[in-house]
Amino acid sequence: MESITGLLTKIFGDGMSPMALLISGGLTMALIMSLVMAMCAIVFTWMERKVAGFLQSRYGPMRVGGFHGVLQPVADMLKILGKEDIIPDEADKALFMLSPFVIFIGSLMAWAAIPFAPGFIASNLDLGLFYIFAVSSAAPAGILMAGWASNNKWALYGAARGAAQMVSYEIPLALAAIPVVMATGSLNMNAIVDAQGGGVLNWYIVHDPFLFLAFCLYFIASIAEVNRGPFDMPETESELVAGYHTEYTGMRFAFFFLAEYANLFLVSCIATAVFLGGWHPIAGPVFLPGLVFLIKAVILVFLQMLVRWTLPRLRVDQLMHTCWKVMVPLTLLCVLGSGIWMMVSGELL
Amino acid sequence: MSQKLVANLKSAFGERLLGASSAHGDEVVVVGREDLLEVARHLRDRESCEMLLDVAGVDLSEHPSLGGSADRFEVNYLFRSLANRSRVRVKVRVEEGQDVPSLSGLYNSANWAERETWDLYGVPFRDHPDLRRILCHHEFEGHALRKDYPIEQGQFCTVPEKLIQDHDIERAAGRADSAAEELHPSDLLTVNIGPSHPATHGALRLECLLDGEIIVDAKAEIGYLHRCFEKEAEDHTWAQVMPYTDRLNYVSAMLNNVIYSHAVEKMLGVEVPPRARVVRVIVSELSRIIDHLVCVCANLVDIGALTNYWYFYNVRESIYYDVIEPLCGSRLTTNYSRIGGLAHDVFEGFEQAVERNLEKLATAITEVTGLIARNRIFLDRTVGVGPMTTAQALDWGFTGPCLRATGCDYDIRKDAPYLGYETYDFDIVVGTAGDTRDRIMCRVEEMTQSARIIRQALQRGLPTGPIVVDDPAISLPPKEQVYGSIEGVMNQFKLIMEGTKVPAGEAYGFGEGANGELGFFCVSDGSGQPYRMKVRPPCFPIFSAYPEMVKGLMIPDAVAILGSINIIAGELDR
Repeated sequence: MESITGLLTKIFGDGMSPMALLISGGLTMALIMSLVMAMCAIVFTWMERKVAGFLQSRYGPMRVGGFHGVLQPVADMLKILGKEDIIPDEADKALFMLSPFVIFIGSLMAWAAIPFAPGFIASNLDLGLFYIFAVSSAAPAGILMAGWASNNKWALYGAARGAAQMVSYEIPLALAAIPVVMATGSLNMNAIVDAQGGGVLNWYIVHDPFLFLAFCLYFIASIAEVNRGPFDMPETESELVAGYHTEYTGMRFAFFFLAEYANLFLVSCIATAVFLGGWHPIAGPVFLPGLVFLIKAVILVFLQMLVRWTLPRLRVDQLMHTCWKVMVPLTLLCVLGSGIWMMVSGELL
Repeated sequence: MSQKLVANLKSAFGERLLGASSAHGDEVVVVGREDLLEVARHLRDRESCEMLLDVAGVDLSEHPSLGGSADRFEVNYLFRSLANRSRVRVKVRVEEGQDVPSLSGLYNSANWAERETWDLYGVPFRDHPDLRRILCHHEFEGHALRKDYPIEQGQFCTVPEKLIQDHDIERAAGRADSAAEELHPSDLLTVNIGPSHPATHGALRLECLLDGEIIVDAKAEIGYLHRCFEKEAEDHTWAQVMPYTDRLNYVSAMLNNVIYSHAVEKMLGVEVPPRARVVRVIVSELSRIIDHLVCVCANLVDIGALTNYWYFYNVRESIYYDVIEPLCGSRLTTNYSRIGGLAHDVFEGFEQAVERNLEKLATAITEVTGLIARNRIFLDRTVGVGPMTTAQALDWGFTGPCLRATGCDYDIRKDAPYLGYETYDFDIVVGTAGDTRDRIMCRVEEMTQSARIIRQALQRGLPTGPIVVDDPAISLPPKEQVYGSIEGVMNQFKLIMEGTKVPAGEAYGFGEGANGELGFFCVSDGSGQPYRMKVRPPCFPIFSAYPEMVKGLMIPDAVAILGSINIIAGELDR
């Protein structure tokens, strides 16, 4: 937020009280973050279609907007706005209407602690990483609400699967980031990124073998956390029709969609900040930090899309098996291993 | 071999065998209804007839030679012995209201086949465990295939049938009780998979009783796509049935055309010209490739590997647009074969188009097997899922890739070659475990073998000569004769208005469909129209096993198995 408040002070001079500065800066930041989220959905739905098309020997959208269908997401948005908002008669109406926003808010809140560039962070919390993992746990609640409120058996199955999956995969997700916290000695996102400055060799991904493993585990767990293939249990369109959002239409459905792509970008941003050096370029001085950060995050998003369109889907029990019997022990091993590594290399002492 | 079987039966049953005959290479014995069970047991245990292929009822009331006799109905049982390579048809004649002992205790495949006979003819089966209607709706009144049921009389039936009853739920809960945890009937959830569900690929319904994700009980309902094919066939000339066969297995319509004409030609005793035979082999194998492509890619979509779909579907579309559509004017409803030959000759550049598509196929197979063959997730999802032993599969009446996946090398193209398949060099693809992976991989490999057959046919070159037999009683005369000579007009008129006169009698013509043994049991009364046409769709017995296959598995497994057994609703419900 420092950059925004700095800008505001420059414009308005010293006439603003610190409180007004804080509020206006916060509002500006919230607006930017909401725009970033909306842009995520727009850019990534187009990108997903193009990546899928590229992998599947077809073109994807080609018509709307001239060049390679760039305006296709806009057309989709307009279409979805014009759809009838259907609420089933037997649904629990309050929960039904609320749940898309719960999921959406959960991921919106997490954006507050993502450092896009030096000083460009909505809230420079000391507990930044902890905060992000904490608030993004709202999503399972939203999914459960949606599935339960729909009063549809498929939706309920999707919700139960989704909640179980997300609660489980949060553990390896958070555990995989612990070695980084140990190495930095801080949960502050800015501190974590700052510790990785000065070229690719200082990024945490190459800090030690255990951290490299931790990054891989984080990447896998993050796919599961955002419910995308091969872990798209809550939707599984061939088994559960459409999973927890079977009964949703129009804007409410769009909010689920928005949240999915926002979460996709969110986990990629966390991985960028925590493992891939944040805004620090591969070599040389800090240069266009926001762009560097974005490029890294988008590459991770691309990788997630690549995985989604390549692999078959796991079965629901295999998914749980993978989490509890493979990923959790491995992440614990990473914590232990990098702890020993740091002790031996003398970083911790 | 079949004659030896009948001789054995004669010596074992003597006078109790009411008759034995042989026509068109089919061996037929007639037994009394009280002896049926014993004969069937003898056939199964002594003559190693492992398979009951089908049960076909016939209403004899309007039959020129048998009509008016005391026994109105005839029930035909089609037995098949793999070990002895023999087939026999056992007939039982019953009066209206008389029941026939059910063979469902001996053969699992008898269960649904007898239900169908009950549904369409009203012949009751004694001791049948579940004698309900199967193709017609449960509210339907009368029996549709009886000769006195008017073909135009439709009925409106609207009330859905509850498949899983309360006592099923209680029984299932009781069964689960014996396990570690206590289960109350209200812990179980009934869920309908289908008739409109993304994984059913057609209108099927499976009502499942679920304990969490696990299917503790399942019952299937079919008939959503019942179009009265068999009743319609009785109202059309033999040649007019051809377009209807397109709609049986709409994924591989060519194969249905070819096997149907093969069945009728068997009754007519005509030999198809060499050029037509080779073209038939090529289009049949192309059709088989298309069917396998669609089955495998849809199966992979069901287990979440969406990308493979395009790799296979592109080839399928390419074959359709490059070969099938130029050949017969449409992609799915081909209507290309004719009794005695083909509708018209192949187009210019046919061989090159086929060759081009075979190359595309090889690339696609490499790509897809590269993505799945050693993919850990794919193997976890398919290995050991829905396994079948050969004995079980035969008992259920499995044929085709689903049977071969269990390790049984039964392929009609080798076993009882037709269209000159014996002259082609190809391998029967077999699996080992009969699970979902084997079924998928068998299909993938069978495509390579089909491509081999097509390549051999192309290398030899298409024989020159006519594409249809030169017999004015069977094939339509060339157009210049129709317009230029009185004889041509007459022949055309007679064939169109009255149809090909198929000599009175009956025969079971069969061939290797993409999904298994596709058979047409035809009865002719000597007129231009079939007296009775019974289709033996390969899906029907396979799907009857499906509810048993999924018990104890999870919903994702049920979806994976359903894809791998390739149920085509058009053929299942006819």
